[in-house]
Amino acid sequence: MSTDSITWPHTETAAYPLVDKLHEWVATVDHKRLGILYIIYALVFLVIGGIEAGIMRIQLIRAHNDFVSPQVFNRMFTMHGTTMIFFVVMPLVFGFANYLVPLMIGARDMAFPRLNAFSFWLTAFAGLLLYFSLVGANGLYGAGNAPDVGWFAYAPLTSRTFSVGHSTDFWTLALLVSGFGSIGTAINILTTILCMRCPGMSLAKMPLLAWLNLVMAGLVILAVSPLTAAQLMLVVDRYLGGHFFDTQAGGSAVIWMHFFWVFGHPEVYVLVIPAFAFASEIIPVFSRKAIFGYPVMVAATICIGFIGMSVWAHHMFTVGMSSSANTFFVLSTMAIAVPTGIKIFNWLATMWGGKIEFKTPMLFCVAFLFQFLVAGLTGIMLGSAPFNWQLGNSYFVVAHFHYVIVGAILFTIFGAFYYWFPKMSGKMYSETLGKLHFWLFLIGFHLTFDFMHIPGLLGMPRRIYTYEPGRGWDVWNLIVTIGVFFQALGIVVFVANLVWSYFKGETAGSDPWDAWTLEWSTPSPPPAYNFAVIPTIKSRRPLWDLKHPADPDWKYE
Amino acid sequence: MNATYIPLQQPFTRELPSRGRVGMFVLIAAEAAIFTIFVVAYIFYIGKSLTGPTPQDVLAAPIFYSICLLSSSVTIHLAVKALRLGNIGVFSRWWFATTVLGVIFLYGTATEWHRLIYREGLTISTNLFGTTYYSLVGLHGFHVVVGLLCLTLVLAFALTGRVKQEHAYRVDVLSLYWHFVDAVWVVVFTVVYIVGR
Repeated sequence: MSTDSITWPHTETAAYPLVDKLHEWVATVDHKRLGILYIIYALVFLVIGGIEAGIMRIQLIRAHNDFVSPQVFNRMFTMHGTTMIFFVVMPLVFGFANYLVPLMIGARDMAFPRLNAFSFWLTAFAGLLLYFSLVGANGLYGAGNAPDVGWFAYAPLTSRTFSVGHSTDFWTLALLVSGFGSIGTAINILTTILCMRCPGMSLAKMPLLAWLNLVMAGLVILAVSPLTAAQLMLVVDRYLGGHFFDTQAGGSAVIWMHFFWVFGHPEVYVLVIPAFAFASEIIPVFSRKAIFGYPVMVAATICIGFIGMSVWAHHMFTVGMSSSANTFFVLSTMAIAVPTGIKIFNWLATMWGGKIEFKTPMLFCVAFLFQFLVAGLTGIMLGSAPFNWQLGNSYFVVAHFHYVIVGAILFTIFGAFYYWFPKMSGKMYSETLGKLHFWLFLIGFHLTFDFMHIPGLLGMPRRIYTYEPGRGWDVWNLIVTIGVFFQALGIVVFVANLVWSYFKGETAGSDPWDAWTLEWSTPSPPPAYNFAVIPTIKSRRPLWDLKHPADPDWKYE
Repeated sequence: MNATYIPLQQPFTRELPSRGRVGMFVLIAAEAAIFTIFVVAYIFYIGKSLTGPTPQDVLAAPIFYSICLLSSSVTIHLAVKALRLGNIGVFSRWWFATTVLGVIFLYGTATEWHRLIYREGLTISTNLFGTTYYSLVGLHGFHVVVGLLCLTLVLAFALTGRVKQEHAYRVDVLSLYWHFVDAVWVVVFTVVYIVGR
């Protein structure tokens, strides 16, 4: 094969000034650089959002604590939720999609590179806009600064009457702007996957990551747009004196809930489907087996996408809907357990009989499997309306969705970090530090979120800034807060590992995991043009075919 | 050897869908989702205003202006068709006609709004009907404005002789957007001027 391959002459350019380097990053339209920008940006916000969570947990560590005022507590949970969803997990998801999709489908860049850069900068400035509220929202009113209406901002809290000053405006505009960025990126991902695949790569031969990101991008289009519309209505209400959510003039507060959750629930799948995508790439490689049930995985994902669009009102059982609406949303919520269950069984079957190597990425993915199962089970519990009437808006709900977002999504994202770090940086991470991160974070996660279910069952509502002693909540809150410190420690180890390995790590080589998808056929880090020659593939595991010419996959697919 | 490249076997012949069209269709899907939410809000709030004026009192269906907008879909189609055949003159004329029809439609909206605001006293903050009406019709009007800006840009290029046959593809992608703006008007018209009254 060396006869046909082209290796670009390796021209070592002289070191050039830092300003030029920065300018290259700011003006870049390269999907890999934009992906890394997304990821670094999200990591910064991960730390900020984590500090906000820490402040809340310190406040709740014991009854009648006065670490922060109730007003600050309200701002903390609003900013924590908004930051983590819109400025941490979504940028992480988009960052990895940006970096990996073109490499995996054998393309040189995304379909619209400039739109890609534009979308990133929209998202980036939206995050800055949200945090500028700390400075700018106070205005002449002397009212609160950061948004304090909760991350789903129910009416009438967002009306001018109850939210004077500009804090809610900053929240609305930040989400509006980041929504445009998300839609731009989703257009890009969809178009890239549909139009830029390399020769031989039919839809059925794409890596699962590309398939799942296709579904994710479709969901972004269908889910983020309603949020954009709802935010526009809120802007009309707040700036132009409109009455969309103004019950005094015949408007409806409940319709905001519908509009928000029409976005909000598919959003969960926007975040978790890429997590599935990482697991679907990492588990086979570290089990040394091809993914089990590829077509079923694709079908299950599409199924999740469809059903995920029709379950939103299970966030609203406690609002008081008609019994037929309740029944519909209970049933659709239950139904989504089927394709998700199929996926879990497929990952298990992939590991079954494999030669499993428990490297750090695999550890995170195995933890993901168990934690996602538990998250799904509490989801089914909350999905049944009578149970939800009892526990809606309690800490049980908070524990449930953190089990999804941290236990499933963040864990696989960490797995993805370790798995693709050698490709992105060209350096190998420290396995010791990686394992330390895993165990610290695992212990912290379970201390925090396992025990958080219990005060919920005991009746502790979410979003309270303090509580009376002697209700049986004290010890659980203490344990929950202790867990946060383990998680924070884990994050410190993680960042230290990234930074240390980037400067001092061993050279990784192009294919450290003996993996099978196209990104591992490029040097690490890949050159700007990705592929000197656009590859032609014949199976879902092109590098397997290349490494095992006597026994290629395409004979069996 | 550091990098493993997979050798190219034969020239790439398979046809994938074109980027521009797919990208535009996805954008249209996103826009359609935004309009859906506004239409749902409009329908949900029909008859829920606590004070007047009501749609029955003040709205009159802008039939002439609607015909103008809808026929601009035909003219833009003819323009693109002409450009595909390399007929620049015919293209420019149809394109100009499209732009003019769009402007006439906007003029119609402007006069209607002027009448509603100054004669009927209906603004976006008067009542729930005003809020939903101006938002939905305004959102559509905004899309017409964006479309017109793009149309005018292409028209300027055409008049300065810079539009060639090979640009037919790009112009075609733009025309998809314009068709979408027209199609949305069918929905908005039905909801606001037929169902809503």
